[in-house]
Amino acid sequence: MANKTPLYDEHVADGGKLVDFAGWDMPINYGSQLEEHRQVRTDAGMFDVSHMTVVDLTGDRTREFLRYLLANNVDRLKDSGKALYSCMLNESGGVIDDLIVYFLQDNFFRMVVNAGTHDKDIAWLEKQAAAFDVAVTERPELAMIAVQGPNAREKALPLLSDAARAAASELKPFFGAFDGDWFIARTGYTGEDGFEIVLPASEAVTFWQNLRAAGVKPTGLGARDTLRLEAGMNLYGADMDESTSPLEAALGWTVAWEPPERDFIGRAALEQQRQAGTTQKLVGLLLEGKGVLRNHQKVVAEGAGEGEITSGSFSPTLQRAIAFARVPKATGDTCQVDIRGKLLTARVVKPPFVRNGEAQIEL
Amino acid sequence: MSNIPVELKYAKSHEWARVNDDGSVTVGISDTAQDQLGDMVFIEVPEVGQTVTAEEACAVVESVKAASDVYAPLGGEVVEVNEGLADSPEAVNNDAYGEGWIFRLEPADAGELGALMDADAYEVFLASEDH
Repeated sequence: MANKTPLYDEHVADGGKLVDFAGWDMPINYGSQLEEHRQVRTDAGMFDVSHMTVVDLTGDRTREFLRYLLANNVDRLKDSGKALYSCMLNESGGVIDDLIVYFLQDNFFRMVVNAGTHDKDIAWLEKQAAAFDVAVTERPELAMIAVQGPNAREKALPLLSDAARAAASELKPFFGAFDGDWFIARTGYTGEDGFEIVLPASEAVTFWQNLRAAGVKPTGLGARDTLRLEAGMNLYGADMDESTSPLEAALGWTVAWEPPERDFIGRAALEQQRQAGTTQKLVGLLLEGKGVLRNHQKVVAEGAGEGEITSGSFSPTLQRAIAFARVPKATGDTCQVDIRGKLLTARVVKPPFVRNGEAQIEL
Repeated sequence: MSNIPVELKYAKSHEWARVNDDGSVTVGISDTAQDQLGDMVFIEVPEVGQTVTAEEACAVVESVKAASDVYAPLGGEVVEVNEGLADSPEAVNNDAYGEGWIFRLEPADAGELGALMDADAYEVFLASEDH
């Protein structure tokens, strides 16, 4: 039996094509993925992301626990509500998951982790938290809706309670605020402005309907994937997993090396890798001609060796094929991609491809 | 419901075939197929002059989701391809049986058409695939 989010009936009513995603019945699109993608880039779209796992971490030593658990440093979080993106590593420096953690109080942090890694994440958190007397509490009674796009905030704000609106309208990027059980954060996975809103499951349907009435269009997981790829954001399980370190996944920027005395899980392995030097890197690719880049296509970098596309798709904004690929460190400015036996030229570029509706690379 | 024109023949791999007045056969993918694949972003058509056999993969339709092979419903020589799809792959979505045609064949053996399904049989086939 697949899990269903509180918005399942809404997806069916909206004509959503439901597919299995990490054990959840989720909408891949509601008719046209391209149209939904465009809607988010130019106006506002909404995503049901209730399948993601919200975990509250509480206890006097929560900050100390997270300082040890995460490759990024929660000491960067000084103001209440501030969010941090981080990898959670195993001892050998492999990525167990990537996540967002919000600092609320020194004895209360909230974490949002991926649906596909739910079981191992919870097991890992509980195992590691025990030594710090930190309580790990899942919040399955909460739903989560992401509202994204240049008009997302303007359309969502009037639908919030007075208190929530007051708090949400003041939020700086990468901050969140509570109003009762509602938690509104100015974060997202699209490269556009907007909110991710955690709310009681019992209120999710009404809020979703109100958003739709305000002109915010339902957007499926298909567009979510092309939006995040354009935005240069990694997808766990595709672009990194336990066999890759953040340094091989273009996530070195999320590893806080300073202060050197902070011990975190995986640090020793990462230090070693940093000293020895990595042999691979994750880069962006732009296909020069027509065609579509896809996951697992072989990449040939002349003189450097071979690699593989980890996330590839057609970019609706750029009208070109784009990808992330893990390639040999010595890969230069161009490479070849094997598409059905033909080697096509792709340019190596630095993501993001698109931010706030604008191309970030030369076509 | 599914749009399945009665004058066409259908393959189990969801191509349609239209017999033209001159005996050539135009090929595309069915409305059901395009609907399942989603928004088309790239169509790789065969080469004019290429000889294909029945059930040979000879074109590729790529939607935002995935790439799918298009199989020749019968053997013959490719005599024309839809060049317009290079700039308008969405024609396959918007007009699967018209502007969205993919290639035209001169059949080697028109008798192979007999192996294809008519509209009624294709509808039954689609229903059986749903289960």
